[in-house]
Amino acid sequence: MSRIELDRVVVRAATPGGPVPEVTVLRETTLDLTEQRIALVGPNGSGKSTLARLVNGLVEPTSGRVVVDGLDVAKKGREVRRRVGFVFTDPSAQLVMPTVVEDVALSLRHQVRGREERADAARGVLASYGLEELADRSVHTLSGGQRQLLALAGVLATDPAVLVADEPTTLLDLRNARMIGDLLLGLPQQLVLATHDLDLALRCDRVLLVDDGTVVADGAPDEVVAHYRASAG
Amino acid sequence: MTRRTPTTDVALIAGFAALIAVCAILPDIKTGVGVPYSLQTFGVLLTGAVLGPVRGFLSVVLYLVAGLVLPIYSGGASGISHYSGVTAGYLVAFPLAAALCGYLVYRNHRNATQFTLVFTCGLLSSFVFVHTLGPLNLAWRADLSLKEAFSFDAAYFPGDIAKNVVMALIATAVHRAFPDLAARRSPATTTDEPATQSA
Amino acid sequence: MTASPLGDYQPGTSVFHQLPVGAKLLGLLVLSIVAVSFRGVPTTIGLLVLAVAGCVVAGVRLRRAARALRGVLVAMTLLAAYQTWQRGGEHAFVVVGALVALLLLATVFTTTTSVERMVDAITRWLGPFRRFGVNPELVALAFSLMIRGIPLTLAIAGETRDAARARGLERNPRAYLTPLVIRVVAHARATGDALHARGLGDD
Ligand SMILES: Nc1ncnc2c1ncn2[C@@H]1O[C@H](COP(=O)(O)OP(=O)(O)OP(=O)(O)O)[C@@H](O)[C@H]1O
Ligand SMILES: [Mg+2]
Repeated sequence: MSRIELDRVVVRAATPGGPVPEVTVLRETTLDLTEQRIALVGPNGSGKSTLARLVNGLVEPTSGRVVVDGLDVAKKGREVRRRVGFVFTDPSAQLVMPTVVEDVALSLRHQVRGREERADAARGVLASYGLEELADRSVHTLSGGQRQLLALAGVLATDPAVLVADEPTTLLDLRNARMIGDLLLGLPQQLVLATHDLDLALRCDRVLLVDDGTVVADGAPDEVVAHYRASAG
Repeated sequence: MTRRTPTTDVALIAGFAALIAVCAILPDIKTGVGVPYSLQTFGVLLTGAVLGPVRGFLSVVLYLVAGLVLPIYSGGASGISHYSGVTAGYLVAFPLAAALCGYLVYRNHRNATQFTLVFTCGLLSSFVFVHTLGPLNLAWRADLSLKEAFSFDAAYFPGDIAKNVVMALIATAVHRAFPDLAARRSPATTTDEPATQSA
Repeated sequence: MTASPLGDYQPGTSVFHQLPVGAKLLGLLVLSIVAVSFRGVPTTIGLLVLAVAGCVVAGVRLRRAARALRGVLVAMTLLAAYQTWQRGGEHAFVVVGALVALLLLATVFTTTTSVERMVDAITRWLGPFRRFGVNPELVALAFSLMIRGIPLTLAIAGETRDAARARGLERNPRAYLTPLVIRVVAHARATGDALHARGLGDD
């Protein structure tokens, strides 16, 4: 299992033109994440996405360090991004090639040399998610659920050690949300999942409750979720 | 906090190239004057004003190069035929106009949200490049005198001024929505240590 | 359901399909310089014969050739009328005939060149510039992103237009263009983040 460490991490953002020049998005946070499935819950604007994005360097700490499997994200960004896969809320932004098979092939560019071989490998990946019939479709014509599944397939194709997912089910209908949720929780990889779906959080191994830029509760899923429900009521 | 990544620059360059294409192929805005104005030049100057000189220039070049094989120039005729036609001068002027417009707006980036500044930059850029190279090529290709070519071109002035008004309104709104777009690169954007580059 | 809804490319095996992209572009460039430098009845007739022969060899369908001409038909007719009035019919034929010929030759290029071959050629040409910091893979990626971006942007344009209409603002271009452009920027940023997360900036 992988290990994600945050060592006295603070994130501030400049707000040009705002009433104050800077806001603190994440107060000083120290964490050691070694469980397999970790959920981040909390109200809108609390800092879940910020926390998730720190793990692969999309957000840089203003001070402090983020370390994944001994690799400092600020210094070894390239290696970290090869270990950490990221799934976003809106798959449209994540799917960048015109057709389905090309998009998966893009993920495989380091593993498989040669255009033909890569396309074949990409078709293999698609088949393992039941998407082989969509291979030559334009990404633009897929449904929301198909897109999110494809985005996930594209990320998992590189076999990352850690998967970070920022509200991956928010835009999906009940059935697709359940399908993606089940798939994520069944993965052998370490999973960091920011979500508003508390049922999904309850099925994780550890839950962090974030509020106003700081972790206010951390521990067993049932306790933390109960605390969150009580504080929101 | 959020780093400015090369991939975001690539995505912006491609996104605005697609936006110019959409502007060019959307149905023309009908005007009372009889000359239909396409939004193509609007898209070009907007790209400069929003993305700045370098990204703006590259975005328009990407649009033009993709247009060699895709029917995404205004007027509908397929791609590259425009270069052998009378409109080639306008096309060549586009990236230069976008770059100049972007340079002027970004030079004054603290005022990128001011309508008058952006409007002036857009108009200036289009007169320096578009309304010179356009008619010059027209004269050369269609065998017209310079006077004839420039007076044909002048028919587009009113539409151009109107398009520049809309361009400036929208570019300033975008800079208000994304204040860091025109901000200088922060020193924290340097990527990984040299040692990791060899991988 | 085709992969690329755009483009005039028509698969085939003619010589024009097999010629390198660069050679075809160069040929077009040379011919358009010839058209202007040696302006005259023989040049125009020569170009027209060449253009028609090119269309036949490349297998350009009649409908496609007509479509290529339709877009500029009005401009060409106006120009022909103007030239006839100012300088006589022969001159009008020389000028407009050459332009029509080049237009048809350009159609030969677009019908015989796929986007993939075009992007491949550009990436190859950019190879030597690697040492100046040009990354050909990022350039190829920019092409893909742009092609993927066109239907996406059209969809956003439709949505913002509908939203403006729902608020009774359809006559105000600002009401639908502002959200359109803001969504294009926001989408580009999200895409940039996703590409970065997929390690594309690291290559
Ligand atoms: N670039 C920025 N500039 C200023 N403030 C920012 C910036 N990025 C994030 N913030 C602020 O930081 C806070 C945390 O944002 P974040 O996106 O991490 O929240 P979140 O928990 O993911 O919320 P949601 O559930 O709505 O996705 C928010 O209040 C947000 O307004
Ligand atoms: Mg969030």
